[in-house]
Amino acid sequence: MSQYKLIRCTINGKEVERMIDVRASLTDLLRNDFHLTSVKKGCEVGECGACNVLIDGECYNSCIYLAAWADGKNIRTLESLTGPNGELSDIQQAFLEEAAIQCGFCTPGFIMTAVEILETGKLYTRDELRKLLSGHLCRCTGYENILNAVEKTMKRRLGMPTE
Amino acid sequence: MYDLKALYEATSVQNAVELRLEHPEAQIIAGGSDVLVQMREGKRAGKELISIYGLDELRGVTIDADENIRIGSLTSFSHITRDPIIQKYINVLGEAVDMVGGPQIRNIGTIGGNTCNGVTSADSASTLHAWEAIVELTGKNGVRRLPIKDFYIKAGQVDIRVEDGEIQTAILIPKASYENTFGHYIKYAMRNAMDIATLGCSVNVRLSPDKKTIERARIAYGVAGPVPMRAESAEAAANGAPSTREVIERFGLAVLNDIHPRDSWRASKAFRQHIAVEMAKRCLLESIRLAGGEIE
Repeated sequence: MSQYKLIRCTINGKEVERMIDVRASLTDLLRNDFHLTSVKKGCEVGECGACNVLIDGECYNSCIYLAAWADGKNIRTLESLTGPNGELSDIQQAFLEEAAIQCGFCTPGFIMTAVEILETGKLYTRDELRKLLSGHLCRCTGYENILNAVEKTMKRRLGMPTE
Repeated sequence: MYDLKALYEATSVQNAVELRLEHPEAQIIAGGSDVLVQMREGKRAGKELISIYGLDELRGVTIDADENIRIGSLTSFSHITRDPIIQKYINVLGEAVDMVGGPQIRNIGTIGGNTCNGVTSADSASTLHAWEAIVELTGKNGVRRLPIKDFYIKAGQVDIRVEDGEIQTAILIPKASYENTFGHYIKYAMRNAMDIATLGCSVNVRLSPDKKTIERARIAYGVAGPVPMRAESAEAAANGAPSTREVIERFGLAVLNDIHPRDSWRASKAFRQHIAVEMAKRCLLESIRLAGGEIE
């Protein structure tokens, strides 16, 4: 017998209300109910980071987060970053410039972690960034370009030279 | 979709106890980074879950009326690492839990879940053993507190009385344990992130006022046996001894009397014994340094 719960939350700035199946993960909710397909289904056991989203400003793998827990939360996905006419945000642009994308499957997860890092407004060393980004697997890029993109955006936002 | 039979969301600690008494077969879920993964693997498929994740009263670090450091059981690893009380009095715990999984796991994973799992490799467990943490459980008869070494019964099994509706509500570090005490943790694993410890070692010391004598040394391991454990003969070798290279050497070798690691696919028993000695020495050396001591 199925069990349902009414949840209210904010997704990408919009207040929403949904009747959810309690068996759903947050990934299921975001993809199936809201068509936010930047949230990828990768390993589904919290190891690869492809489903990573921001909840109240912190990163979570949405595949191991119950949709029922989203009640009252503020959730952000990659879709929230683009401008009204589809303009890319600085971090997305940097991923393109640095060739930090190949197949793109890991990219939304990485970028949402980058958003959490950038929103702290702190200057991190390359080693610190490496650790902060370590919850994501990428099988294409070898990570260096991803690090470059995050580092470059961090420095730009802090008004520092990037070369 | 998870293959779960029903989800009961607790609205208070009291309600969690009632739900537990009502549904004794149900699994408690805190952050879910173990429970949901096991459910996905089929191990806990078809089970009922009691979620305590929404109980914000179980989050945060405080100093209680008896000057214990009180860590709410649902405090996430990342919040423990960032907490000013932890950083001031037991920074090694913040460092140890900063080695769990990766950043997203440290945002969802809780110290309560890490200990209630009963696994020997938990990154928090060796430090909590080495600092003689007290586990607080709340059930139908009220609050029960017990030393963490008694909380662990055997691999995967801890002393939580389901028949009393108990849930873990806090972990306490007594003042006598954290006062003037400095510690260091080493996790040996194959990768820097998203890996489980091959061996974990946590040491802490309190030095004499002149910093020349080790007043108290405590050491605990994860993965050196079926549950996290103290190495008592190593502690005896260092307690009251001068902080010298010789004592550190003796301390390291003595751990072999205490630990009993096994062969597993991660590492052989011999390898674990080898690194256990080295990790003990390095942890003690670093703890002495953090306590302001010098080794000639």
